Amino acid sequence: MLYAVIVLLPLGAAIIAGLFGRLIGDRGANAVTCLAVIASAVLSIIGLAESVEGGSVERVVLFTWFESGSFTATWQLRIDALTGVMLVTVSGVSALVHVYSIGYMAHDPHKPRFMAYLSLFTFAMLSLVTADNLLQLFFGWEGVGLCSYLLIGFWYRRPAANAAAIKAFIVNRIGDFGFALGIMGVFLAFGAIDFDTIFGGAPALEGKTFSFLGLELDTLTTITFLLFLGAMGKSAQIGLHTWLPDAMEGPTPVSALIHAATMVTAGVFMVARLSPLFEYAPWTLAFVTVIGATTALMAATIGLVQNDIKRVIAYSTCSQLGYMFFAAGVSAYSAAIFHLFTHAFFKALLFLGSGAVIHAMADEQDMRKMGGLYRKLPVTYAVMWIGSLALAGVPIFAGFYSKDIILEAAFASASPVSGYAFWLGIGAAVLTAFYSWRVLFMTFHGAPRASAEVMAHAHEAPATMTAPLIVLALGAVLAGALAYEPLVGTESAFWGSALLVLPEHAVLEAAHHVPFWVKAAPTVVAVIGILAAWYMYIRSPATPARLAAAHPELYRFLLNKWYFDELYEVALVRPAKFVGYWLWRGGDGRVIDGFGPDGAAATIVRLARRASALQSGYLYHYAFAMLIGIALFVTWYIYRLGL
Amino acid sequence: MAIGIGHFLSVGAILFTLGVFGIFLNRKNVIIIMMSIELMLLAVNLNLVAFSSFHGDLVGQVFAMFVLTVAAAEAAIGLAILVIYFRNRGTIAVEDVNLMKG
Repeated sequence: MLYAVIVLLPLGAAIIAGLFGRLIGDRGANAVTCLAVIASAVLSIIGLAESVEGGSVERVVLFTWFESGSFTATWQLRIDALTGVMLVTVSGVSALVHVYSIGYMAHDPHKPRFMAYLSLFTFAMLSLVTADNLLQLFFGWEGVGLCSYLLIGFWYRRPAANAAAIKAFIVNRIGDFGFALGIMGVFLAFGAIDFDTIFGGAPALEGKTFSFLGLELDTLTTITFLLFLGAMGKSAQIGLHTWLPDAMEGPTPVSALIHAATMVTAGVFMVARLSPLFEYAPWTLAFVTVIGATTALMAATIGLVQNDIKRVIAYSTCSQLGYMFFAAGVSAYSAAIFHLFTHAFFKALLFLGSGAVIHAMADEQDMRKMGGLYRKLPVTYAVMWIGSLALAGVPIFAGFYSKDIILEAAFASASPVSGYAFWLGIGAAVLTAFYSWRVLFMTFHGAPRASAEVMAHAHEAPATMTAPLIVLALGAVLAGALAYEPLVGTESAFWGSALLVLPEHAVLEAAHHVPFWVKAAPTVVAVIGILAAWYMYIRSPATPARLAAAHPELYRFLLNKWYFDELYEVALVRPAKFVGYWLWRGGDGRVIDGFGPDGAAATIVRLARRASALQSGYLYHYAFAMLIGIALFVTWYIYRLGL
Repeated sequence: MAIGIGHFLSVGAILFTLGVFGIFLNRKNVIIIMMSIELMLLAVNLNLVAFSSFHGDLVGQVFAMFVLTVAAAEAAIGLAILVIYFRNRGTIAVEDVNLMKG
């Protein structure tokens, strides 16, 4: 029952704030949603403690959703260690973001709507992580997608926000198409979609093939590949990542909650949850590893040169998601979830911190117009340092533990692509440290580049904003050290049956015994990255411009985000628009309308006009017609009778 | 030449045809249409009387009297309508009477 309350509280709050927002006012909506989500977070922590003690899978049956022939889908919550960790992460970060939003959105005229969307998102995300069958997972999956759309486009008067919302939705559709196909494939292969049946049946299907269009395809590889497509869309992996940076058009709390801490990690969660399937599909695992490692490096290189503070952090998120995926790809699922857990703290912290900066600078997001803010925003400055230290993987901070274990696992893994993942991961770690300190130095150090009146107005954020920052900063310092032993320690029995790793893929044990240089490498490269950033932005600020001038092609390539958007514009968007225009004009306009409603109406008008020409209105015309008629009848009558 | 029933019927047919063409070819005056109708009725009367005399049956002549009565009533009503129509529209030219034009 506890778990049902955790999931349903945010839904209730969303309904109250969304439908009766005008009735209860801004303060009422704030209070209802914050209290509900905070209660949910507290209960999640209690629930995690319980599920750790129990160690087994607990189920809460709510109701039967579908029953059709042999297909049944029950609405039940599945609570195990994986769900427990996700519940705490999601509801915890969500509660902090709710509180933060009170301050951040204080001047917005649509507060109840915003809070309702946030709570609705929390509900969808919680039902995603508590799903016990693929359909429920899909419900949560699409629910968070919908809320993401609504919140990116929250400022609906900005054309850019609307475009970004639509882009996020459409790019996700591509991944979700694969995901839906994967679910159907699971039903075909297993005859059911609930996790227990699937996980129980997976070993028997290993190596089985099915034929499609004359090709013999491995069943599990195909299914997991399709499911992973969904994860690529949701978690912004290379190819389907283009929506995430644009999603920064939404309010900053949304970026922190949805596009850093929770929703985008749903793909990682899904791969971990379905580890009993992925484990039997080594090709898909290799694919996951390559995609994750490539994304980690690609996003980090783009992050180097972006000037919008939120975009840098968005690419950083993309890059960290890449780390999680290649960890999952080398079967270190627990390391992936561990990084997900710590990343939620420090990335939400960085986003909310940058939100405080943007708030102070009167909605300015361009770092070239910031600088010298550390005196004005001491608390924000301090927490941004903590967040960056955690992100870069400096010892004792959260990211150090999780990033280390991921890189060690990649090094120790026997997977054919693990070397690729390891070296790209090391490369991305250098870049991560560099762009993190680039943000810090450009924003807080040096001479102020903003106008005098903006600087005079710059002020520390209110307590509703700084309090969540401080809580998250504590998490960013402590989460790694505290959770290291239970989540990825060698002796830990924490995960129980939640994650499956085949004995031949087991990597965590080996990861703890890698050579010393592997353990030290992430820290060393992080320090190198920090020093490089210090040299280029504090010591000798002319260097970046000189470097950019020396390598103009490389600089433009990175500044334009590897030309992904342009490539898609040419290869996909324009042909799609052309086909759409052609179908609209030719198919819909000419064929359907031409022969359908428009054509029928035109024919009737034409016939009626001809018929009305007969109605001259002259009496003698009618009389003449009658006479002719009579004459014809009489003639016919006479012939008929043979007279 | 003895005058037989054929002659009477021929005269009746000629009168009837005159009436029909009077209606169709007349483009000027509604009164002429009414006169043409009278002409057609007379042609019918002539047929009735001729057959009555030929068959030695008086019923035909009785019918002719009825037709005359109805024709008189019809002419009266028709002329009355025409007068009202003229008062309303200021014309009884056939070409202007096309209110039913579609």
